[in-house]
Amino acid sequence: MNGIHDMGGMHGFGRVEREKDEPVFHAAWEGRVFGLTRAYRHLFNIDESRHAIERMAPIDYLGSSYYERWLDGNVRLLVEKGVITREELERRMAQIAGGSDPAPPHSDPKLLERMLRATRERPHYRQPGPPPRFATGVRVLTRNDAPVGHTRLPRYARGKHGVIDRVHGSYIFPDTNAHGQGQQPHALYSVRFDAAELWGGSAEPCAPVHLDLWERYLKPAAPARSTS
Amino acid sequence: MSGAHDEHGHHHREPESVLSLRVRALESLLIEKKLVSSEAVDRIVGAYEQDIGPHNGAKVVARAWVDPAYRQRLLADGTAAIEELGFGGVDLQVVENTPGVHNLVVCTLCSCYPHALIGLPPVWYKSFEYRSRAVREPRVVLREFGVDLPESVEIRIWDSSAELRYLVLPQRPPGTERLSEAALAELVTRDAMIGVAVVPAPAAR
Repeated sequence: MNGIHDMGGMHGFGRVEREKDEPVFHAAWEGRVFGLTRAYRHLFNIDESRHAIERMAPIDYLGSSYYERWLDGNVRLLVEKGVITREELERRMAQIAGGSDPAPPHSDPKLLERMLRATRERPHYRQPGPPPRFATGVRVLTRNDAPVGHTRLPRYARGKHGVIDRVHGSYIFPDTNAHGQGQQPHALYSVRFDAAELWGGSAEPCAPVHLDLWERYLKPAAPARSTS
Repeated sequence: MSGAHDEHGHHHREPESVLSLRVRALESLLIEKKLVSSEAVDRIVGAYEQDIGPHNGAKVVARAWVDPAYRQRLLADGTAAIEELGFGGVDLQVVENTPGVHNLVVCTLCSCYPHALIGLPPVWYKSFEYRSRAVREPRVVLREFGVDLPESVEIRIWDSSAELRYLVLPQRPPGTERLSEAALAELVTRDAMIGVAVVPAPAAR
């Protein structure tokens, strides 16, 4: 989707501001959002999570902090999956604000063990798929579609020529995995783009960008006419 | 723009108190439905606050500096090489800085970062400023971080658009030939492993 999250190359943002001695979390609730998201990651996959955040209204996305966006995405998905309702959440907020929590934190050793086991498992994004069509060094052209759903081909790299830098292997395809259309694993490549191809005359010298792109984002391209 | 601000300059649509209450209510509902254990959340938060951080990545970098065979393995298969040192949970691609090449890592679409190895990213890495500008004007961004590289040095930007995570292997600073592996690890910073800093020589610190 042509979302506000797709920020690569946008103008209008200022200096990168750094914070000295930054804590891991700036408030306790940020840590809870992070921990909860890790803890129930069996309920939805990473691509669904990312797409939930991408679907925030642009003005809300820009006005929110990082963990606020995570919280918004989590609630959106939990509601869509039928795990909770928004009314239920509002009611629970009112109850807790009124001083009574029907389900306060408590010890549940069996559930704890099951969850810790799940968080130790390495996610398996790499899955068997068809052999790669492109080899290292081959010139490719990225598709210039404007898909309405989730995609990991950023807008700034659509319809651009690049060169296969590395063949990573077969990985789960986010564009289908985010929409309940299956994992459809296939070849993932590191593709190198010259800065001038992406940014034209305003490109900085010698600053190529590498993106990890799935084969379905790519078409074969004619060899370059010059060696620029 | 409307919205609340906290003392760190973050933008919030809602006051901290409402956000905190909503998260508490969410956790309460998920406990009630037996979907999460608060203790599991405590453990995850604790692990990232105490155990997982840049010091883990620094050990990997220091090992690569002192052991050329490890360096080769790390560059060929980062995932397997960090497992040798007991780290995991991430598909890792390591990119090496040389006198002619400087690498810079970003995620323009969200904020992908090798957090299983070097902890959670700083706020600036997740900022709209960094995400929008690092791919288009990396030299300007690097100068803001105090890294001024001549145009003869190629800057390779790695936009983490898939499930591979990128870690920069910085150049070993001069004058560190006598330092132990542990002392070298002390020199390595988070920012150097993202590519927005170089590791300074000990005397310059």
